[in-house]
Amino acid sequence: MNTTDINEYSLQEIRSGNRAEFVKLIDAHSNQIYRLALKMLNNPQDAEDVLQNTFLKAFQNINNFEGRSKISTWLYRIATNEALMIIRKQRPEVNISEESDENDNDINSPVQFIDWCCLPESEMVSSESKVELDNAIHRLSEALRIVFILRDIEGLSIQETSKILNLTETAVKTRLLRARLNLREQLSAYYGDRLLAGEKNNDRT
Amino acid sequence: MIEHDNCQNMLTFLSDFVDGELNQELCMQIETHLSQCPDCSIVVDTLKKTIYLYQTSSNGSEQVPDEVRERLYKCLNLEEYLKSN
Repeated sequence: MNTTDINEYSLQEIRSGNRAEFVKLIDAHSNQIYRLALKMLNNPQDAEDVLQNTFLKAFQNINNFEGRSKISTWLYRIATNEALMIIRKQRPEVNISEESDENDNDINSPVQFIDWCCLPESEMVSSESKVELDNAIHRLSEALRIVFILRDIEGLSIQETSKILNLTETAVKTRLLRARLNLREQLSAYYGDRLLAGEKNNDRT
Repeated sequence: MIEHDNCQNMLTFLSDFVDGELNQELCMQIETHLSQCPDCSIVVDTLKKTIYLYQTSSNGSEQVPDEVRERLYKCLNLEEYLKSN
C-alpha cells in the first residue's frame, strides 16, 4: 500500500548529488516499485530491469521533478512506463493509451452469483489461492491490469492513477470497474468451486 | 435513479459505492436496492472481498530480494552503501 510517502530523505540533498540521501529514497520506495513491476509483468527478471531502470532514470532526472506530485507518484510513473516498454517489446500490438473507447464503455453484467464470502480467510489466502489471485490478474488486459494495480493494490487515488497513465479520470474509473468486475467473476468461479467441494466433503462425513 | 428491477443501473455506481465515495442519497438508494435484490447484494459483497483479498495478500509481500537489491545498488554505483543496511 502507498503508505511510505513520509520523506525521510532530503530532495535538495539528492539534487545536489548526495548519494547517501538517494539510498534512503531507494530504500523507501524500492519494494513498491518492485511489486508493481512483478504484478504487471509476472517475471522476476523483467521486474528487476524495471526496478533498476526506474532508479537510474530517477537519479538522472531528479532535477526535473518539480515536486507538484508526491515523489512516489513520480516513481510509479517512471516504473509504469518502463514496464509498458517491456510489454510493447514483447508484444508490439499492445497499446495502453488507445484501448478502444467503445470497449471502455462496455461494462459486462455479472454472471456469477455465488456468495463465497463465507469461506475461511485462511483458505482464501492460502498459497494455492494466491497463485490463482496472480493468475486472475494476468488474465486481464494490460490496460485494465495497470489501473487495478495502481488503484487497488498500490492504493493510489483515481487522480494520481490518471496522471500516471495520461488518461482521463473517467477512463480510469471505467477501466477500474471493468477490472474489478472481471476479477470478481474469476474469483467467484474459483472460490465457488472450493465452496462446493467443501460442501460435498461435509456431506460425506 | 435506481429501480428495483434494473440491476444494470447499479453497475454504474458500483465502484464509487464500494469505495464509499457516493453521496448519501445515492448510497441510500443503493442500499434499498440491495436489501431487495439478493444477486446484487452478492455482487457487492464478493466485489468488496475481491478488492480486500488483493490488498491484504499484496500488503508487505514481494519485498525486493537481497540479491536483487545488491544488483540494484551495483548498477547505480552505490555498493559502498550495501554494508550499512
